[in-house]
Amino acid sequence: MAIKNQELPTETTQLATFFVGDLFFGINVMQVQEIIRYQEMTPVPLSSSIVEGLINLRGQIITAIDLRKRLRLSQGNGEQKPMNVVVGVNEEVVSLLVDQIGDVVEVSQSQYEEAPDTLDPISRSVVSGVFKLDGSLLLLLDVEAAVKEEMFDSHLDKSHAHFQEALGGLASEALR
Amino acid sequence: MSNEQDEIIQEFLIEAFESLDQLDQDFVALESNPTDTDILNKIFRAIHTIKGTCGFLGLQTLEAVAHIGESLLDELRSGRISVTPDIATALLEMVDAIRAILTKIETTGAEGQDSFGPLRGRLQALKDGEALSDELGGEACTNSQVEHDPKEGQREECSIETSVDELSENVDESSSAPANGEGGSSEQPSEDTANHDLIAEILASPDFQQEEPVAEQEMMGAVMEASSSAEEIPPSAELPQEEVSSSASADAAEDKESAPQAARASVTESSLRVDVGLLDKVMNLVGELVLARNQILQFTKNETDTALLGTCQRLNLITSELQEGVMKTRMQPIANVWNKFPRVVRDVARSCGKDIRVEMEGKDTELDKTILEAIKDPLTHIVRNSADHGIESPEMREKAGKNRQGLLQLRAFHEGGHVIIEIADDGAGLNIERIRTKAVEKGIYSHEKASRLSEAEVQRLIFHPGFSTAEKVTNVSGRGVGMDVVRSNIEKIGGSVEIQSQEGAGTTLKIKIPLTLAIVPALIISCQEQRFAIPQVSLIELLRVEHGSGNSGLEEIRGALFYRLRGNLLPLVDLRRELGMKQEDIQEEERRTALNIVVVRAENKDFGLIVESVHDTEEIVVKPLGRQVKNIPVFAGATIMGDGKVALILDILGLGREAGIVHEGRETQDGFDEQEDGEETSEKQSLLLVRSGTTSQLGIPIGRVDRLEEFSREVVEYASGHEVVQYRDGILPLLNLPRFFGNEHFSTNTYSVVVCTVDGQQVGLIVESILDILEDSLDLHDAHARRGISGSAVVQGKVTDILDVATILQSEFEGSLESSISRGMEA
Repeated sequence: MAIKNQELPTETTQLATFFVGDLFFGINVMQVQEIIRYQEMTPVPLSSSIVEGLINLRGQIITAIDLRKRLRLSQGNGEQKPMNVVVGVNEEVVSLLVDQIGDVVEVSQSQYEEAPDTLDPISRSVVSGVFKLDGSLLLLLDVEAAVKEEMFDSHLDKSHAHFQEALGGLASEALR
Repeated sequence: MSNEQDEIIQEFLIEAFESLDQLDQDFVALESNPTDTDILNKIFRAIHTIKGTCGFLGLQTLEAVAHIGESLLDELRSGRISVTPDIATALLEMVDAIRAILTKIETTGAEGQDSFGPLRGRLQALKDGEALSDELGGEACTNSQVEHDPKEGQREECSIETSVDELSENVDESSSAPANGEGGSSEQPSEDTANHDLIAEILASPDFQQEEPVAEQEMMGAVMEASSSAEEIPPSAELPQEEVSSSASADAAEDKESAPQAARASVTESSLRVDVGLLDKVMNLVGELVLARNQILQFTKNETDTALLGTCQRLNLITSELQEGVMKTRMQPIANVWNKFPRVVRDVARSCGKDIRVEMEGKDTELDKTILEAIKDPLTHIVRNSADHGIESPEMREKAGKNRQGLLQLRAFHEGGHVIIEIADDGAGLNIERIRTKAVEKGIYSHEKASRLSEAEVQRLIFHPGFSTAEKVTNVSGRGVGMDVVRSNIEKIGGSVEIQSQEGAGTTLKIKIPLTLAIVPALIISCQEQRFAIPQVSLIELLRVEHGSGNSGLEEIRGALFYRLRGNLLPLVDLRRELGMKQEDIQEEERRTALNIVVVRAENKDFGLIVESVHDTEEIVVKPLGRQVKNIPVFAGATIMGDGKVALILDILGLGREAGIVHEGRETQDGFDEQEDGEETSEKQSLLLVRSGTTSQLGIPIGRVDRLEEFSREVVEYASGHEVVQYRDGILPLLNLPRFFGNEHFSTNTYSVVVCTVDGQQVGLIVESILDILEDSLDLHDAHARRGISGSAVVQGKVTDILDVATILQSEFEGSLESSISRGMEA
């Protein structure tokens, strides 16, 4: 990935980037503890479907969150094993399962914009803002919101339903 | 000086130096904020503690200095004097003086020559600076007296030969330390006991002769007080005896001379305080090391390289030793908690005018620090309870033909990987009837149910939230919060509490707790290729039920599985179903072959977990779960297995709750509680056995049944949607039981009706057929209780559901009963 920032930024931040589906995400590098290959996981029965399992990271047991499921994306083709982006959040360590790892990108404040209101509710719940890069948009992931326990399933279902409803409304209006 | 004494002094020094360092800071803080009572209290307590301990150790100068400082602080604390720079300076000087004396003791083993007369004079003057009434003086005196330990009282009594008759009498009486009492009048006190050593030392010490009159007076006062307190609580059996044996031959004067003059390594250098957090971290790392070692050993199993094997062997050994060592750093003797109890008991006893002796056994039993911390409060609570409620007043004890003096025994010992702590008193025991009445009063049970409870069940009621049988609330206990908290606190750390009580003879509480929380033995089982750990604490036994023959002992009641285990019905829970791993029932494949059942216990209820396969037991390192999965009640944590994979640890209590076997709070008490092993109290009960649709067999308690009737189908009419018949000049609402239990197709031309009375209303229950009436002792299991069924039992060799008539009618008619009838009457 060769996404470079051409401008001379005044205040820059380094973001570690990755792909989930066709979405291009970034997290502050300081939040990333490490990036590891796919690990064998122990599934947790009765847990939210977003929890993919537990990983043994050098003796520490960490929860792996499937970002695809979190974002309600269709499941990957299974050919490529997801990667673990291990992040520290709220004094806990969590692994985010992503499709592909990107470069570390330097972004400046001038490229930043709040998450647009038209973004679908699920994405908006985890995206805190957008960086306008040359040729692509980099979504700043709100890690805390992405791994927040109460955001799971029931709420998602609700917001998803809302979303569907809204879509349906729009569609019927358009038809009219 | 004896070794024992030496050790105590060392400990005292470490502690005192630490509190002195803190004191310096506190004083400075106080000066800038003279009205802060919190700081004052803190300082007061610190000085108080030092004074109390040195009084116990016979360090007279130190005690005198601390005492006068304490009195001054007390004045400050009560607000009679306010802090001035002069006072602060004097107090700081006092701290310096204490430090000087402590240093002297540390290096020479004695207090030294300086008696700090001028300083004491100044402190006294400052204290007297404001009005010093007699009353105040008296108060200060009382204050100091409280500190004196009964043991000290004895010692002093011996030394100054102000032999108080009562005391020696009392000491003679109590078998604990007769030697001391005798020693008081003996010609050669120095030969006898350690106490005498000390006394001789005090007498021989030049300081003693030079003591200011104030100090002497104070000592006399202390003796008087101590003797009276000794009367109340004679010392525990152990300490005096230990002292006797350890120093029988020591000559006091000689000992004094030979006191180590050579420079000793500073005590503060030989021990250090470590942050528990750091220890936890080290502990975790060692856990990792153990896992890594296991993996390496697995990898090198087939190696032939002797050098490598040798290294692995060494790694193995070192890791094991390291693990042991780190575990040890966290272990502390239970005495650390217990040592406070004699005092607690004494205070309680004193405030209720009782006479209680405390005996301790197994003080050295070691426990993990976190566990020790966790049981501190529950234990204190139990001890207070025993002293306050358990043991009767001396008069009552005499009436009951017991020794006037109550006995509270604390025992701790190891048993099968657990530490057992027993708190036993020889008091009145639990009053079963009073608890029953209380349970009804508090609305925990209906009168009828309460009278049916067995003694063991009644006793267990004291763990019920909001339950206190104390007739009046004292300042110590009886507020009704407590025993339930005790139980939940102990269960939180994987322990359990049992109570045994015999009316009139006493109560014993038995607490069972794991040695350590960090590494626990667990049974590894698996379901669908996934491993789970079941902590050994909850494990009772393993069963393998071979099918094949028709009589395997497996029973099924409407989808709920039971196993007949030694005549009892053991509810079974399929782990896979509970974990949502599989939807279908187990019947198909496995019932044909064999079932692995792990019998576990949660909150005194046993149930069987059906698992696919049972592996080994292993020592597992418990790790917490992440926030996202923490709130799943059936998991207590996770662990890393030898192959590096993660396995979940099952929370048996949570699992039992999820499966509806263990209920929370009040519910537990509402149903029929399962009986404890060996305490079978199944009552004889008359049952009307009926058949009702698909359900195998139903039992209706005969007390509920008025008559048995038959109605032809034609006479059945309808009133507000319910079937009714005209019956004895009234209208009898009918309830179709087969239909209630889901058999919609039930129909017959003649209805067999069981007429019951509930709350003064007659109701007819339509059944398929009436089978029998019999009397049998019921062993009820409410594990699969559901709407209208209060439990199941084996009756005449058949599993029978016991009907709960009241709830059935309630749920079916929901209040319409009355209205429908009254309407019917009008019609």
